[in-house]
Order: sequence, then C-alpha cells, then structure tokens
Amino acid sequence: MFLGTIIYGLLNSAVLAVMAIGFNLTFGISGVANFAYGAMYIFSAYLSWTLFNLLELPYWLAVCASIPTTMALGALMYRFVLLRVRGQALSEVIATFGIGLAILELFNYLGFVGFEYTLPVLIDDSIMIGDTMVDWQRILVTGVAGLLVAGLWAFTHYTRMGLAFRGIAQDERTALTLGIESDRIAMLSVSLGCGLAALAATVIIPLGSISPSEGYEVLIKALAVCIIGGLGSTGGVIVASFLIGFAERFTDTYISSHWTMIVSLAAILLVLGFKPSGLFGRQKELEERI
Amino acid sequence: MERRKERIDRGIKVRAGDVFALCSWREMLYLLAPRLIPVLGFLLLPLILDNYWQKVLLSVAAFALLAISWDILAQSGMISLGQALFFGLGAYCSGVLTHVFGWPPLLALPVAALLGGLLSTLCLLPVLRLRGVYFSMVTLIIPLMLVRVVEATKIFGGTEGLSGIAPLPSKWIELYLIVGALLAALFGFRRMLDSDYGLVLKAIKDNDRSVINAGINIYWFKAQALFIASSLAALTGAFMTHVYMFVGMPVFALDYSILPIAAAVVGGPGTLAGATVGAVILVPLSEVLRGIGGLRIVFYGLFLVVFIVALPEGIFHYIQRKYHQFERWVEVQ
Repeated sequence: MFLGTIIYGLLNSAVLAVMAIGFNLTFGISGVANFAYGAMYIFSAYLSWTLFNLLELPYWLAVCASIPTTMALGALMYRFVLLRVRGQALSEVIATFGIGLAILELFNYLGFVGFEYTLPVLIDDSIMIGDTMVDWQRILVTGVAGLLVAGLWAFTHYTRMGLAFRGIAQDERTALTLGIESDRIAMLSVSLGCGLAALAATVIIPLGSISPSEGYEVLIKALAVCIIGGLGSTGGVIVASFLIGFAERFTDTYISSHWTMIVSLAAILLVLGFKPSGLFGRQKELEERI
Repeated sequence: MERRKERIDRGIKVRAGDVFALCSWREMLYLLAPRLIPVLGFLLLPLILDNYWQKVLLSVAAFALLAISWDILAQSGMISLGQALFFGLGAYCSGVLTHVFGWPPLLALPVAALLGGLLSTLCLLPVLRLRGVYFSMVTLIIPLMLVRVVEATKIFGGTEGLSGIAPLPSKWIELYLIVGALLAALFGFRRMLDSDYGLVLKAIKDNDRSVINAGINIYWFKAQALFIASSLAALTGAFMTHVYMFVGMPVFALDYSILPIAAAVVGGPGTLAGATVGAVILVPLSEVLRGIGGLRIVFYGLFLVVFIVALPEGIFHYIQRKYHQFERWVEVQ
C-alpha cells in the first residue's frame, strides 16, 4: 500500500505538472494571467470529442486539429481582447475570466455532461509494479510531463524564438530595443499556453470524463501549483506539483478522499504565510509583490 | 480640416460646484437630483412594486452591496475574485447563530456581519502581502475550496446545509433593512473614501511603495479595508440567509463572485455609485433573461469582456460626464 501510494503520488504529480505548465508559461513570459486556461482545456477536449464521435474522423486527426484550433483561439483572444487592455492587470484578469466563464457555461448550457463524454485512451492496458496496478495512460502522462519540461527548457534556451520569449520576460523595453516585437511574442506565449492546455487535455481527459466543472478544477489546480511554486518559475512548478501530488495521494490513502482538495488550500496558505513569493518565485520579486 | 472634440464644464456645474453660492432652485436641483434619484427610488419603489418585483429589488440591493464591497477592495488595490468567500462566511455565521444558538435574526445580523468580516480577514491575512493578480488568484481559490471543507468535515449540516432558519419579522422590515443598508453604505463609504483615510487606501492602489516611504504601514491599512469590505459582504450574506431561510454550500457559489464584479465593471469601477448602477441594470436584466437559464452566466462573461474592452470607464462615468459637461467639435489650429 505504501509503495502503491508512492507510485500514484508520482503519477498524480505528473498530471498536475502537465496541467500547470501552460498557465505558468504564459504568465512567466507575458505576465498575462490566463484565467481562460481551464476553458481552453475543456474546449479542446470537446472539440476532439466532437470531431472523433460526430464527424468520425480518426482520433489522431481529431487531436491534430483541436490543438492548433485551441492555439488559434488563444491567439485571437490576445489579438482582439487582451491587446487592448495589456498592462492593466485588473482588466486582463477580468477579461480572461469573462471569456473562460462564457466558454465553460456555454458547454454547461449545451448539456455536455456525462460519462460518455470522454476521450479514448491511447494504450488500453495496464501493468503491475510490485502489487500496484498502473494503467499505461498514466505512464504516458508522466512521459509527456518529462518531455514537456525538457522540451520547453530546450526551446527557451536554444531557439531564437525561445530566447525572445525569455527576453520579453526579463525586460520588455530592452527586448523592444533589440528588435523583439513584444506584442507578437506575448500573443505567441498566450497561444502556446492554450496549446499546452489542449495537449494536457488530450492526455489527461482519458483518465476521467469531460465536464465544464472540470475546467474550473483544472484552473484551480494550475493556480495552486503555480502559486506554491512561484509564478513564472518552471522549477517551482515541478517541485510544487510533486509537493501537492504526493500530499494529495497520502491524505487520500491514510485520511480520507474528502480531504484531498483541502490539502492544496492548506499548502497555499502555509507557503504564502512563510514565503509570500512562493517557493521559487525570485524573479521580479520586488516589483510583483511586497 | 482636422477637428477634435472639446469638453467644457457646464456653467451650472461651475456655479453650483465650485463657488458654493447657490442662487436658484435650478442650481440646487442640479446638485441634489443625482443624489435624490437613488434615495427616493430605493425608498419608494417597494411601495409600488408587486410581490415578485419586490423580491427582485431585494436582490438588486443585495448584489449592489456586494458590488460596493468589491469596489472598496478594488479602490484599495485588492482585486477580489471571491466575493463568495465573504458572502458565504457571513451567511454561515448568521445561520449558525440563529439555528444552533437560537439568536433572534435582528441580533444575529450585525454580529454575523462583524464575525464574518473578521473570519474573512483572518482567512486572507497570509495573502495580504500579495498584490495584483496574485491576490486575485488566491481569492478565487479559497471559496471554492471552503465548499470542499464543508463537504469533508460535514460541519453545519454538510452537503444538506441548515434549513428552517428563522426569517426576519416582516416583509417590510426585510425590504427596508437591505435598502437602508445599501443607501447607508453607498453614501457613507463614499464619504469615507473621500476623507484622508480613503486617500491612503487609494494611494496604496496607485503606488504602494511610495506609501511605505511615507512611513505608513500599508498592511495594517489593507487589513482594515479588507475588514470593512468583507463585513459589508458578510452582512449581505447573513441577510440573504434569513430571506431564503436556508444556508448551505451554494453560498460559496461562483455567482456571488461573478455578478458583483460584472456589476462594478459595467457600472463603472472606482465609484461606489457605479457599482450600484451596475447592479440596478444587471440584476433585473437577469430576471428578464431567466427563461434562458444557464445561458445567463455566458452573457455575464461576455458583458464583462465587452465592457472591459469597449467602455472601460463604465456607464456611471459616461453619464456623469454627459451631466457635467457639454461637448462640441472645434477645429484644430
């Protein structure tokens, strides 16, 4: 049981990391807190579902269509809404929150709720590790988490665009003088964040089902992970997902499953009480918070 | 030939506003009308409306109070996405006081308001050091997680909540209590925010580091503003508990966080009157749109986006400008 909890803690951490990394990327680069993140996650899941089940496209094609569509939606959201309120944190938050709310509640209204709304698993099999049954989908999520972190690190360190991303994150005005167009890069970062949400939905949704309330859940989990880890810090996201992931599984096994969500709340309040900028939130510490 | 729009204060505004020599009824009316209309409107409307619309007026006043509470926080630089936290804590306080301890509702209301405000302030005390988006994120999370706490610990009736809570003595007391609270909050807090005390709060929003430089403890002021705003929202929550005669997990629902923000943004952020105007527009609108059910929240979301992008100053500022100034096209020299 102990070994099983450890394994599931690890897998749960990977799920959390995959959920949070897109939100963290967008915020770290452009400073836009994308509160429509959960909505983008659900939007891409429903889009894949519709393409796969109603239009009967092959699954891989449905996924390949829905991820770019979500990215385009993110880019449009930036171009037509966020660009006009850029730099006003309040307006950005309210605008993205309004968009997210509208998307999620629209799906709620259309009645897309139920167990039949789920995506197929890629590998429908499971293996035994010790005496714990682990299905391949969860292992796939862990692999995706690892690949994402490594890929993003390589992207932001070795490609021109990745370097431009980091440039904007460090100092927008200096980046402008070096010929990096900050609006375009910020649009790409929002769009990339939405794309990561779509990717996360593709690998995580098969473990459960699609429902609009899942969208709020994902947003909350992503926020919790990012706040604890320190916003904008990839290392923080990883450490915080391990922290919350293991804490959740252990309370689940040894106390009661009702308490799992409360763990992250308690963790947030504790961490913020002692370290207001999160565990690894060193960057821009002085400007962002006092 | 290029032209630009020129805005000039109306003569009557200059005479009535700055010189303080009121010579005619017209000038006095000019000053009084914007204040008398809401006062008389809220006081007289209950007398002429039927039962159903009296209930609507009641929720207009409740949401206006929540929006005012949101705006007080926003004016002190704290953007809350979780008014439901304050509302819910107030509701639970009042519910428990009357249901478990058997207090009369009229006594439980003020106590629940203060207690709810105190609890909310304590809840958010660790995150007062955060500003901007960070604060918003935490306020969004806390009410949604408190629902889980109630669910998990099964305190105060758990998922079923407490029902059969004592109502207020009569319908008229109910109506005039909330309307009175709204008018008192609207004019009282506007006065407070215009005083030196309010100036400090607004300065914290504009530039908190320079306020620190001035030797003022901003956390102490922020905590005070938080207590004031959350007590106001807690009072609303406590009040609604007695109206519905029920308190349960729905008090932490997202509606109570979203509608006040929508009202404040549509009406005009930065003024308490704007928050009230927003509530007066949005709540009856949502009653009319009741037929479309869940789609209402979609409209709120879109409303928020459209107003933030197209009319960020809000309706109230727009009306205020038209009232005080006239516009004309002039040629650019």
